[in-house]
Amino acid sequence: MPVVEIPVEKWNGQVHQVKLGGVGGRKELIVGGDNTLPFLKFEGTVPHRPAIAIEVLDYTPPNWAEPLVKAWGDVLKSPVAWAKKAAEYGANAIALRLRSAHPEEGNTGAEHAKRVVTDILGAVDLPVIVLGPEVAEKDNEVLVAASEAGRGQRLALGDCFDKNYRTIGATCLADGHVAIAKTPIDMNLAKQLNILLSDLGLTMDSILMDPTTGALGYGLEYTYSVMERLRITALMGDKMTAMPMICTVGEESWRQKESKASAGVPATWGDQEKRAIIWEKLTAMGLLNAGANIIVLRHPKTVEDVKVAINKLFA
Amino acid sequence: MALTGIEIYKYLPKTNCKKCGFPTCLAFAMKVAQKTVNITICTDLSAESRAALEAAGRPPIQLVTIGGDSKKIEVGNETVMFRHEKTFFHPTGFVYRLKDTTPVDSILQEVQAIAEYKVERVGRFLAMDGFAIENASNDAATFAKTVEAVKSKTDLPLILISKDPAAMEAALAKATPGKPLIYAANKDNWEKMADLAVKNKCPIAVTSSDGLSELATLAEQINKKGIEEIVLDPGARDFGTSLTTLTQIRRLALKKNFRPLGYPIITFPGEGAASVDLEAMLAGQQVAKYAGIVVLDHFSPAMVYPLLTMRLNIYTDPQKPIQVTPGIIQIGTPKPTSPVCVTTNFSLTYFAIAGELEAAGWASWLVVCDTEGLSVLTSWAAGKFDAEKIAKTIKNFKVADNVNHRNVVIPGHVAVLRGELEEELPDWKIMVGPREAVDVGGFLKQNWKN
Ligand code: SF4
Repeated sequence: MPVVEIPVEKWNGQVHQVKLGGVGGRKELIVGGDNTLPFLKFEGTVPHRPAIAIEVLDYTPPNWAEPLVKAWGDVLKSPVAWAKKAAEYGANAIALRLRSAHPEEGNTGAEHAKRVVTDILGAVDLPVIVLGPEVAEKDNEVLVAASEAGRGQRLALGDCFDKNYRTIGATCLADGHVAIAKTPIDMNLAKQLNILLSDLGLTMDSILMDPTTGALGYGLEYTYSVMERLRITALMGDKMTAMPMICTVGEESWRQKESKASAGVPATWGDQEKRAIIWEKLTAMGLLNAGANIIVLRHPKTVEDVKVAINKLFA
Repeated sequence: MALTGIEIYKYLPKTNCKKCGFPTCLAFAMKVAQKTVNITICTDLSAESRAALEAAGRPPIQLVTIGGDSKKIEVGNETVMFRHEKTFFHPTGFVYRLKDTTPVDSILQEVQAIAEYKVERVGRFLAMDGFAIENASNDAATFAKTVEAVKSKTDLPLILISKDPAAMEAALAKATPGKPLIYAANKDNWEKMADLAVKNKCPIAVTSSDGLSELATLAEQINKKGIEEIVLDPGARDFGTSLTTLTQIRRLALKKNFRPLGYPIITFPGEGAASVDLEAMLAGQQVAKYAGIVVLDHFSPAMVYPLLTMRLNIYTDPQKPIQVTPGIIQIGTPKPTSPVCVTTNFSLTYFAIAGELEAAGWASWLVVCDTEGLSVLTSWAAGKFDAEKIAKTIKNFKVADNVNHRNVVIPGHVAVLRGELEEELPDWKIMVGPREAVDVGGFLKQNWKN
């Protein structure tokens, strides 16, 4: 009878642990710390399960897909009500996207950002991730304001790109926040930005990386493989690729035609609402298995099922 | 694993008798390694050596073929744990499970709908791969009748599910030829099931929920009966056990060259999930994490289209990214006044720009140039995305016939091409767009006057 010896891999490295919140009555969220591949507890330690953040926008999203509008209803008109509802749906963190600061979306400024961040911090006791509109100058303006509004609350602030990492990194350093380093699906660029941020003085437990999410059918495989490579390199001992990873799954998944189109698509695509939700769920499943530590989601049903899957993977 | 000439030589008689037509055994071995002659030509090779040679040449994960010549599922023969190390070769087979307790009429309706289902994505058609038929009635005659009915309706590969060798035999009589997969041999029925596999020349699945040693024992016993095409069901049903167990089996096969578990794996995500969506999620995980065949208990376009897309993504060769076919792609329903934008045929570039135009609500004409699958900057640096190429593409695909203006937006990263392009396309006004796809919506809003 063949004797099966379960093959166990011994890694030298470990994903850094990063803590959000946990100050002044705010709930604490710790991610990372794994010294093995995702969920492989038979050979290593996986101290914290991946977290789910629910995305909240700082204004009423003008062109969200129908199933999302239906699911959230009136709270889409108020970031505070929206964040509270997100907490009810079981979010581990709120991911506040300051989209209205985008020049095309209202061009709001520091004052508005400061107010929304303060309101949300007051309304929920979850850790908060604040994301800019992804336009370098505006990011600098609103994220610095957000940083000051949340001083000492250990927010995560993003995104730091190669262009603006100095400003965002410095403000994180000054106000005790975690910086999110975003790079375009490339391992070397990811590592380089992590090095630049740590040269600024940010410690290993103060950086998250966003490898850039490609949704299912829209580059998922690139993100998947770059994340596997980053994770493996980290486990082999490279501290500069060992930051926990955050993936904006909801945002990417729901901008695709497969999620948005209710008519004018082939019948073989099936029912829009069901399809769109599964699209987001499968994007999440793929990236969880590739090493995501924080998944930012949009649809409450996705949150519910991804939570089930994470708990089963973690059991 | 393919053997080298030297490795093959070790098994040959080393007498240099020349009966094979080659001057030496070594020369013969080299030709065998190149696959230009067959090993059987050496008549002096003992049966034992030949068996040893075949075993040594076997891939670490056996290739298993289910189904007939026209439609078949080929799984196994994978060589890496992570797709970036090389690629995953044989895409997961998606099979839908029918039960013989369902009235034949409804079964046939389902079979027709599923067999006809196909969905297009980047120029390929994605479809389901076969049917599993379960002997839920526990009645051999009903099972055989159902199999016969399904077989009359489709030539897609079949999996026959029964623990009862008598029922299996009855069903096999209706399902062969056509190489169905016998599911499954367990510790009680394995001898009889193995005999059926030998007799009908079919692949066979082995199942055990008592750990990998038990599973390996069964697979080895079956293999000793002369069966090479084996599929494993380790009984791991939910998200966690599936990931752990399938990872362990893949590692044992690839890293330890552990033959008794060197076979593709079959999974049943519907048994490990409490809802259709969770079944889809688990199936999606199993596409990435090491399932060869996934048996689904539900089918709807809304569930299967995402799953087939997942498989397409994961099984794309990372060294050869999917290229988009060059031409004019319509984003939304463009009008003669709509913008014309130029991009490359690297799939990620294409998806980025197409997605942004889509998201920003810009119906437009996207002109995809053949840059051999390289991105904007890479192809420009390699001389595959220059003014001449862009001009040629615009002319060849008759872009001018679709629009009533002569404005074309080029990617910001190749702003330097503007002057040259103005010479190549004297009728056109060249607009330099943003560097990043994400900014294209804003760019058009500000600069597109039509
Ligand atoms: S027939 Fe066989 S033994 Fe004779 S030379 Fe050829 S390989 Fe060698």
